[in-house]
Amino acid sequence: MYGNAQIDPKEKAKSLTDGEDPVLLAEFEARVSAGEKVEPKDWMPAAYRKQLIRMIEQHAHSEIIGALPEGTWITRAPGFRRKLALMAKVQDEVGHAQLLYSAAETLGKTREDMINDLINGKSKYSNVFNYPAMTWADTAIIAWLIDAGAIINQVTNSKGSYGPYCRALERICSEESFHLKYGHDNVVYLATGTPQQRDMVQDALNRWWTPIMHFHGPPDKISQHTEVLMKWKVKMASNDDMRHKFLEEYVPKIWDLGLTIPDPNLRKNPDTGVWEYTEPDWEEFKRVINGDGPCNKERLQVRRWAEEKGAWVRKALLKAETKYTVPLA
Amino acid sequence: MSSIDPRIDRLELPANEDGKEVMNKLEQWETYEVFHQKKRGDQHIHVGIVHAVTPEMAIILAKEQYTRRRQTSNLWVVRTADVTATAYDDADMFESTPEKTYREASDYYCMDRIRKYQLEHGIKDRKEDRRKVKEAE
Repeated sequence: MYGNAQIDPKEKAKSLTDGEDPVLLAEFEARVSAGEKVEPKDWMPAAYRKQLIRMIEQHAHSEIIGALPEGTWITRAPGFRRKLALMAKVQDEVGHAQLLYSAAETLGKTREDMINDLINGKSKYSNVFNYPAMTWADTAIIAWLIDAGAIINQVTNSKGSYGPYCRALERICSEESFHLKYGHDNVVYLATGTPQQRDMVQDALNRWWTPIMHFHGPPDKISQHTEVLMKWKVKMASNDDMRHKFLEEYVPKIWDLGLTIPDPNLRKNPDTGVWEYTEPDWEEFKRVINGDGPCNKERLQVRRWAEEKGAWVRKALLKAETKYTVPLA
Repeated sequence: MSSIDPRIDRLELPANEDGKEVMNKLEQWETYEVFHQKKRGDQHIHVGIVHAVTPEMAIILAKEQYTRRRQTSNLWVVRTADVTATAYDDADMFESTPEKTYREASDYYCMDRIRKYQLEHGIKDRKEDRRKVKEAE
């Protein structure tokens, strides 16, 4: 589960191709525009490598941190079948993190460095996981709608140019389809249940609407930087386009259940076919992504705790003669 | 730190340890490339990597990671360090030249010669009979 890559607005556009060999760059761009995949040992612009490492690494962190809000509810799942399904989903998310760390590793950053950067706060993860899953219904909303947003993002990115990332995403998407069905089933069950269950799922939807609207990131500023990343097929669609795709597909399904969405301006303009909505609070988004959300500290501390407590096992098993080789693909 | 998860509360996590690094070099060991065979008779196909200490451990992790949803009959793992690969830059060495068409099945067609010989020597064309039967139907 993940939103779109965050592009650092402070980075200058021209720096993306600065100092690159123009012949190699032209060959590279021709290959990408012809739809060929780039493989780990191919020549690539330094900025391409850097942006992909950042993006895939953030995606991996999001999977591993994303397992935490839902994981909270495994011990209190309502019934054995739901417990088994949630455990399977959480295991999937952690598995997705591993696939993505592997893809990022092929670009030359070790898994140790990525995990360190997650824990010391240098590297971000999807903002939505800094919010708590207050009730069981929150996990239902996450599994259905956050995963729905993630699928839209991941299917789009799987058409990108970097081979190992595309292959990881294809594998991930095929597993996410279970998450989506499981989440939908869960929401439908609550929404068609007792009045208490209905209230519970409506409350969860109200709580999660802002994070859901934040999910694909703030509207992109049209910059040269974005244009280059789109030409290189690192960024495949604008944040607003993906958000629109999400609204188009899922708002009607939410309304089908008689649930309400806490935005009085949300409607599809019948003349333009475009969804209109109130912009979510982007100041809140910035504040939370920079560390001041309800769960940021807890998420990282739990992760750090897990790494620290597992360290002795990894050290005990480490063979003295181990040499690291960058994975092939 | 207080959490809505009682299990996390019990950990009594410290409030702040920003900037601290926990993962040492090589702590995640080395990588193994994983090859997956769907059913007997199929090719083994490369599906990704796992981090492991021994091949046996790599097999266990590969089973968890790559066969959760997939039909599987067999897995191979091999240390990444033990794989020798060609470079994409050398891909031209796999190209065939136009002069080598004698190696292609599509370069051989002699029906014209057969038909010409049949006409000259009054030999019936079997396929013509078949064509007539088909048209009659």
